[in-house]
Amino acid sequence: MAAAPAVVVLIDHRDPRWLRSASALLAAAHRLARDHGWDVHTAWVGHDHGHGHDHGPGGELGAAVQHVVDVEGADPHLASTVSAALEAVVAALDATGPARLVLLPSTFEGREVAARLAAATGAGVVVGASSVTVEEDDDGGSGHVVAQKSVLAGSWHTRCAVTSELAIVALDTGAAGSADGASLPQDTPSAAVAPVVHHHRAPRPAGAAVEVLSRSPRPAGDRPALAEADVVVVGGRGTGGDFSGVEDLADALGGAVGATRVATDEGWAPRALQVGQTGVTISPRLYVGAGVSGAVHHRGGMAASGTVVAINTDPDAPIFEHADIAVVADATTLLPALAEEVRARRSRETG
Amino acid sequence: MHVIALVKHVPDIQSARSFTASGLLARGGPDDTLNELDEDCLEAALRIVEAVPSTVADEDDDGSRADPGAAHPVGHRVDHRVTALTVGPPAAVGALRRALAMGATSAVHVCDEAIAGSDAIATARVIAAAVEHLHAEHPVDVVIAGMAALDGLTSLVPSAVSALLDWPQLTLADRVSVTSQAGRTTVRARRVTAHHVEELQAPAPVVVSVTDATFRPRSPDMRGLLAARRKPVTVLDLAALGLEPASVGRAGSATRVLEATPRPERSDAVRLTGGPGLAPELAAELAGHLAQRGFC
Ligand SMILES: Cc1cc2nc3c(=O)[nH]c(=O)nc-3n(C[C@H](O)[C@H](O)[C@H](O)COP(=O)(O)OP(=O)(O)OC[C@H]3O[C@@H](n4cnc5c(N)ncnc54)[C@H](O)[C@@H]3O)c2cc1C
Repeated sequence: MAAAPAVVVLIDHRDPRWLRSASALLAAAHRLARDHGWDVHTAWVGHDHGHGHDHGPGGELGAAVQHVVDVEGADPHLASTVSAALEAVVAALDATGPARLVLLPSTFEGREVAARLAAATGAGVVVGASSVTVEEDDDGGSGHVVAQKSVLAGSWHTRCAVTSELAIVALDTGAAGSADGASLPQDTPSAAVAPVVHHHRAPRPAGAAVEVLSRSPRPAGDRPALAEADVVVVGGRGTGGDFSGVEDLADALGGAVGATRVATDEGWAPRALQVGQTGVTISPRLYVGAGVSGAVHHRGGMAASGTVVAINTDPDAPIFEHADIAVVADATTLLPALAEEVRARRSRETG
Repeated sequence: MHVIALVKHVPDIQSARSFTASGLLARGGPDDTLNELDEDCLEAALRIVEAVPSTVADEDDDGSRADPGAAHPVGHRVDHRVTALTVGPPAAVGALRRALAMGATSAVHVCDEAIAGSDAIATARVIAAAVEHLHAEHPVDVVIAGMAALDGLTSLVPSAVSALLDWPQLTLADRVSVTSQAGRTTVRARRVTAHHVEELQAPAPVVVSVTDATFRPRSPDMRGLLAARRKPVTVLDLAALGLEPASVGRAGSATRVLEATPRPERSDAVRLTGGPGLAPELAAELAGHLAQRGFC
C-alpha cells in the first residue's frame, strides 16, 4: 500500500443511486490526488449477503484502494454503522497513509455519519461544502484542508479551514459544484488493479442497541435524483396545484421535479421532493422556480444553484432578487409552452 | 420520564444576518429568537411526557415541586419533566423563556465566556457534558433536538451528542413514542430519510431528532407566557460540568472560518415580461436564453 496521504471517499450505499453522488465526491478527491499527490481510497459498508465476500462498488470509480468494511452484526443503514466502518478505514490507514480527509455526501444522512466520525476521531468537520482544497502552510507543514461553502441562505460565502490532521468534509453533490470539468479521470487504475481490502469491526454498543423494526424504500420515480440533477424545475403555490406543467418542463429538459414546502404540504407533490432548508439541498446547473416566492427557507436549499430562472406573476416577488432570468408571467400557461419550445429546439438539433 | 429538549437561540432568519470581522456569525441582535425547528423539538418533547399513561405530574403549573410524598405513596412517585437545555451567551436565555412558555418544566442555560466561538462539535461536547450532569441528578430517558439550527444549518449536533454519550440515536423522526414496562423504557421512532422510511426502536436513554413535517408546534398562550417567568432557569458554567476551557470555544474547535464575504449582487439579470396570451412568444424568448446557456 502506498504511503501517500489518503483521501477516503464514502460510497454511500444507502442511496439507491449512489453512483451519482459518488461521482461528484470522487471528482473532488481526484483533483486533490492530481494537485497534491494524495491517494484516493473508497470506503463501502459491506453487507453480509450470505454468499461470500462483498467486493464493494467495483473498480470503475478509479480508486487506488477500495475498502470494504463489515461492521459485524450491525444494520448497514444506521449512521453508527457507517461511521464505525469509516473509523476502521481511518485507523488502518493511520498505520501507513495517513488518512487526511474523509469525503461524504452532504445529505442529512451523510451529515449524521460525519458528526459521529468527528466525535469519535476528534477530526474537524465541515458540512454543506461546495468545494474542497488543500492550502499549504506557511511553515512548510503538510497543509490543511479548506472547504468553501455558501451560508445564510446563499447571502454569504465562507472559507473554512480544518485544523486537525484528519478533516471530514460533507460535500454538496449537485451538478453546479462540479462545473469545472469534474468527471472521473480516464487514466486512473481500473478495477483489475485497485485492490480490495476487507475490514471487520465490532459495532459500538449504542449502535447495536438500535433495533430496525422495518425499512421500506420511498418511491423515487424515474426522473433524475433531485440532489444530483443537472436541471431542477420546482413548483410552488403559484402552480395552483397542477404540477403537470412542472413535470412536462422537467422532462423536456431531462431534469428533476422539486417542490416548495407549500406544495408538499398541500399534497401536490411527495414530501421527498421538498427543496429547502428542511428538505433536499440542491445545486443544479439550472434551477427553474415556477410560482415560487423565494422564501428564505426555500433559498437555503437552492442558493448554490447555477443559473436561476424564476417565473412569477408578481413583479416584486423576492425570488427575482436571486434570479438570473426573471420572468414575470403566469406559470400555468408559460410552462407547457416552454416545454414545447424546448422540445422543438432539441428535435431541430438532433433532426 | 425525563426529556431534555435541546434548543438554540439564533438570529431571525428573516433579518439581515452577517458575520463579524473574526469570522463568527453576528449574534445578540434584537431579532434573535428560538430556532424555529426547535419548536417541533419542544412539541415532540411535551407530547412524549403528556402521553405517559396513568400518572399525575407532581408539578403545579408554575413548575414548583409539590411534596412528592403527599399525593402519591412512596415508590409511586412520578416526576415527568421536560428540561429545556441551551448552550449560549447570556441573551440565549430568550430561547429558554420561549421553551418554558410552550410548556417545558424547567430550563438549564450553559453559559461561559470560554464557549464563544465553539463549532458544532465543540458545542456538542458541552451539551453532552450537560446532559451527563443532569442525568446524574435526575435520570434522563430522551434527549431530543430539532433537525437543524437555522443559523449554521449543520445538523451535526444530535448525532455528535449521541456518539459522545454513546446513547443510541433515533434521528430525523416524524413520529416518536415511549413505552415503559417493568422498569424498562423503550423509545420507538419513525425515521424518514431521503430514500427510506424506517421504524426504529432502542432502550432509553436515547438521542432523538425530529423533522418539521408532523408535529405542528403549539403556540404559548397567555397563561404559559406568565408561568414561564416564574419557572426556574439554572445557569451552569464549564467548571460545573467539569470541562476545561481549552476543550471548547475556538481552542476546542477543529474548524475555523478563514474568510466570510457577502455574496455579490446579481448585476446582469435578464428580465422578461409577458402578457395574457403571449405565452408562446415568451416561451420562445426564454428558450432562446436557455439555449444560449447550453440548456437546450
Ligand atoms: C421552519 C420552517 C422550515 C421551512 N422549510 C422550507 C423548505 O425546506 N422548503 C420550502 O420551500 N419552504 C420551507 N418553509 C416554508 C417557507 O417559509 C415558505 O412558506 C414556502 O417556501 C413558500 O412556498 P411557495 O413559494 O410555494 O408559496 P408562496 O410563498 O405562497 O408563493 C407563491 C408564489 O407564487 C406566485 N404566483 C401565484 N400565482 C402564480 C401564477 N399563476 N404563476 C406564477 N406565479 C404565481 C405568487 O406571486 C407567489 O410569489 C419552511 C418554513 C418554516 C417555518
